[in-house]
Amino acid sequence: MGNGHAHLLFRHGDSLVHRLPAHAKVLALLGFVLVVVATPRERWGAFAGYAVLLAAVAAVARVPAGFVARRMVVEVPFVAFAVLMPVVSGGARVDVLGMSLSQDGLYSGWNLLAKGTLGVVASILLAATTDARALLQGLQRLRLPARLVEIAAFMVRYLEVVAGEMHRMRVARESRAFHARHLGHLRVVAQGAGALFVRTYERGERVHLAMLSRGYAGAMPVIDVRPAGSAPPALAALLPAAALAVAWAGAAWL
Amino acid sequence: MAVTPSIDVRGLAYAYPDGHQALYGVDLVVGRGERVALLGPNGAGKTTFILHLNGILAGGAGSVRVGGLEVRQRDRDVLREVRRRVGIVFQDPDDQLFMPTVRDDVAFGPANLGLRGPELDARIDAALRAVGMTDVADRPPHHLSFGQRRRVAVATVLAMEPEVLVLDEPTSNLDPASRRELAEVLESLDVTLLVVTHDLPYALELCDRSIVLSGGTIVADGGTADVLADAAMLREHRLELPYGFDPRSVAGRRSGYGGARSTSTSAGR
Repeated sequence: MGNGHAHLLFRHGDSLVHRLPAHAKVLALLGFVLVVVATPRERWGAFAGYAVLLAAVAAVARVPAGFVARRMVVEVPFVAFAVLMPVVSGGARVDVLGMSLSQDGLYSGWNLLAKGTLGVVASILLAATTDARALLQGLQRLRLPARLVEIAAFMVRYLEVVAGEMHRMRVARESRAFHARHLGHLRVVAQGAGALFVRTYERGERVHLAMLSRGYAGAMPVIDVRPAGSAPPALAALLPAAALAVAWAGAAWL
Repeated sequence: MAVTPSIDVRGLAYAYPDGHQALYGVDLVVGRGERVALLGPNGAGKTTFILHLNGILAGGAGSVRVGGLEVRQRDRDVLREVRRRVGIVFQDPDDQLFMPTVRDDVAFGPANLGLRGPELDARIDAALRAVGMTDVADRPPHHLSFGQRRRVAVATVLAMEPEVLVLDEPTSNLDPASRRELAEVLESLDVTLLVVTHDLPYALELCDRSIVLSGGTIVADGGTADVLADAAMLREHRLELPYGFDPRSVAGRRSGYGGARSTSTSAGR
């Protein structure tokens, strides 16, 4: 209890982007990411163009920059890796601010950073404008294997339950004056994680039992599929199309 | 008997695969429309018993009939019909509510039975109306309060239009107001009711008849007021009335219900 009620990634709104059907948005994201990934890393201008496109989508969806920035934290490990690349890579070296860096590594790092960031921001925008349920239905409409959609649905449903359990276990630990201060305490935390795993596993069995009791026979029933969204799905194609145009223009320019 | 009983269990014995014997020959007949409380200490075999009623567990000795239909675990069609007839509301609503929205969850059971379209919608609406939860149909279950989730869990089972409604510890973790609201919901239903509970006043309030299961056998079966008045038997089977509660001072189900209600209301918020 006491957890936030809204999903962390979703932002309520009624913009054009919110009203697009989820499956169209998923396809648009996929198309956009493919164009970005296929762009040669030396085309600086093209990447700037992609960033402008995403900024435009964010503006239309009325998602503030701060909202996106806070959620970009997930990218940090990749950023760290990208920053390390120029230092550890071999090949021709260049001097930057008195440091001898690998030229190839610089390019690789930039490549990873630029493409990763664009992909993450695009995904955040999708998640911010599509609630979990619409997203699942979108995946279903895209004929993703039913099992995978079911697994994702259960994950969405039980994430907060498990997080709540984890939180209660931590509170109970700290209430008995335990604070993880050094590595030796890792054992306690690991035991907590083990207990949480067992509990989650047992819950899974109980959920299955409850499903069987209501006539589950191995396949989720297809309950009526609601209208996906009021905006014309073709509008979603604007993003990958514009990205393709940017890539093309960049290529023609050089 | 002219009318087929809702539940007809004969000589039911069951041991878990690890060798632990949970039931030692249970006989129980519950007539249609009866309201029965199943009482007993922890580990008495109550949950094992109710899992036999819809064929989740089977394979021991004895027979189980639901509305005249014998539960056979091998026969898929029989099993499906038995699970329609017996609706079990489990103790933790988080185990029972697994779909993204309340409406989808209530639809899960009837959709498994093959219902679609307007017929399915009618079932969902009726079930949610019966528990007073129509307003939350489009909300995700984890955004509801615990009491609301318990009522939605009842709706998920009602949507299958069961003949027998089985509730496992329905009052656990409920605040007094939610407890009373649930009682009002259960009171309004036209089904055979089997309530597994440690909450003895609740049994007195809801059920005319009580059964005590202890050590895998039925040790008492009678009117709830009489069963609760047998102090020696209760003590022997680790059942205890709340402090100061005298079952003879409170009228049971229906008559004098208002008195019990005003007590629980003042205990609520």
